[in-house]
Amino acid sequence: MDVIPKWADAVLVPLISLILAAVLSALVILAIGEDPVAAAKLMVEGAVGSTYGWGYTLYYATNFIFTGLAVSVAFHARMFNIGGEGQAMLGGLGVALVCLYIPFPHWALALPVAIIGAAAFAAIWAAIPAYLQAKRGSHIVITTIMFNFIAAALLNYLLVGMLKPSGAMDPATAKFAATTHLPTFQDLFSWGEKPVFRGAPANVSFFVSLLACVAVWFLIWRTRLGFEIRAYGESESAAKYAGISPTKIIMISMIISGALAGCMAINNVMGEAERLVLGSVEGAGFIGIAVALMGRSHPLGVLLAAILFGFLYQGGAELALWTNIPRELIIVIQALVIMFTGALDNMIRMPLEKIFLMMRKEGAA
Amino acid sequence: MWDFLNLFSVPVLETSIRLATPLLLACLAGLFSERAGIFDIGLEGKMLIAAFFSAAISFNTGSVWLGLGAGILASVTLSIIHGLASITFRGNQLISGVAINFLAAGMTVLIAQSWFKQGGRTPQLEGAARFNPIEFPFAETFMPVPVAGPVYASLIGGHALLVYVAIAMVPLTWWVLFRTRFGLRLRAVGENPAAVDTAGVSVVGLRNAAVLICGVLCGLAGAYLATALQAGFVKDMTAGRGYIALAALIFAKWRPWYALAACLLFGYLQAIALRPDLLTAAFGFKVQIQLLDALPYILTVVILAGFVGKAIPPRAGGAPYVKER
Repeated sequence: MDVIPKWADAVLVPLISLILAAVLSALVILAIGEDPVAAAKLMVEGAVGSTYGWGYTLYYATNFIFTGLAVSVAFHARMFNIGGEGQAMLGGLGVALVCLYIPFPHWALALPVAIIGAAAFAAIWAAIPAYLQAKRGSHIVITTIMFNFIAAALLNYLLVGMLKPSGAMDPATAKFAATTHLPTFQDLFSWGEKPVFRGAPANVSFFVSLLACVAVWFLIWRTRLGFEIRAYGESESAAKYAGISPTKIIMISMIISGALAGCMAINNVMGEAERLVLGSVEGAGFIGIAVALMGRSHPLGVLLAAILFGFLYQGGAELALWTNIPRELIIVIQALVIMFTGALDNMIRMPLEKIFLMMRKEGAA
Repeated sequence: MWDFLNLFSVPVLETSIRLATPLLLACLAGLFSERAGIFDIGLEGKMLIAAFFSAAISFNTGSVWLGLGAGILASVTLSIIHGLASITFRGNQLISGVAINFLAAGMTVLIAQSWFKQGGRTPQLEGAARFNPIEFPFAETFMPVPVAGPVYASLIGGHALLVYVAIAMVPLTWWVLFRTRFGLRLRAVGENPAAVDTAGVSVVGLRNAAVLICGVLCGLAGAYLATALQAGFVKDMTAGRGYIALAALIFAKWRPWYALAACLLFGYLQAIALRPDLLTAAFGFKVQIQLLDALPYILTVVILAGFVGKAIPPRAGGAPYVKER
């Protein structure tokens, strides 16, 4: 029997982790001689105080939803896909090739093809480590780390070489055609006199990411394949006994995971930059780990955690702009969240279990 | 012919040794930890924080020794956190390692900016605040002797103290792991902790010891980066070296002498990547730098895949030990 009720496991444990991370972050801000309350106010105002702020928060959140879902799907099969970063880079390459070389008449046509391009490239990048894990027993964590670096070298090679338009200085592809421009929130929601979301990069990809949340929920909890993935994740030997092929599950779950990470590119490459630049992923692949851990690998949790991290990212940028607190504060917060929700989970769970046990005994008496 | 030999000239090899040193120290650090069954992908973070604190304290006190101490202390602090998460609270070792890497990446810049206000770097280190090259006796006198002179002066001699420490660590690690009781137990705890526990030896104690040794060695690696290889700390200066060390560890199949060979090889790849002109002259066509950058990782994947000999990690690696009740 579970000691902790389900609601506490889903809400209380992440919440306490988050509070601990926030308290420590506040101490860090104090230690570097800044005011944590003023910093928090500035972050809230900058990230959610205007439609402009929301436009950035949701733009970042879109990236993190995709990478968070990617890590979650792999987690359900008890695999740690640390290669979201590299897979998202390859996804960017897929989007860039599609947008550069296929003349689309309209973005509504370009978007699905770009999604296929991104997913296909990233899925292949994830499939190699998956194959090596399934068939040769190479540890997926190590191989996906290595593939992040190989992806970075590959993109570096392509962007300073082949894909760079002649005469250009910075390592990036040419600008995509105007017909592949995805409508931003400003295009979508500004009817009256005053434009909303002015200049913010949030775009229709956000809605694609919401669809991805629903699709992942359906896959994991409502299909036979999802059941097999979860069964394999719970116990490899039991899954084998039930006739589930480990090779199949490892391959399929990593391919889905990679494809999801790759889909991030429709937001940052196609939606925002409208060309492929070097280092466009900006660590979003790693934030996916924090998002998945915090969201307990559930799409709804991932969505909320991604919005939280979107808020932190936008708020952090505002902090760096207006105070002496560098952007790296966000990396510290991210580290604390990963530490508390991921590795130090038991530190929070053990005392909670004790409390719930005591309460139950009192209730019975 | 000469063009090809230039790839192995004294300056290139000298750079290789210098670039291999932090890899070697970090690799041996990982060796201790992983042999005891604790995966550590936080080598990068521990090196980085050690690099920062060694540079910062060296600058403030003017003494590189105090800086070295501070660097080791900082690295060991992160090791203790890793031990707490993965041994005491039986958390996921890989996730803890990821968190440590981010913690170091963020904290170093935050503190550097708050202390020195130079955009996340420390001021340049000079004189006694650095580990300076050690001139071997009569190096100048022998310099005119062909081959042997330069080899003696700048390949064998002329390195910072920590380079010799790193190389001395290889036989020391071998001796500790394979010739002492502590080493035997440490290796056993990475293969079969239950057996060690049955023998009445503390699994938790041994694993904590291994993680602490790992912290000290990462501290040396980081201090070398900031006070010997370069003169000060800059943001993200480890630049993936922790992961290359991890790759070298797998390449070496978790054995000390092989670790030396793997780190020298990867150090050489880094050194040659700095001299693309030599490569072009030797092979007659342009070799892509990016390929050289990616080569350690590609080689590691090939080794891991078991195409060229099989790399078998310690059996109990990554699994927290739960004592039977």
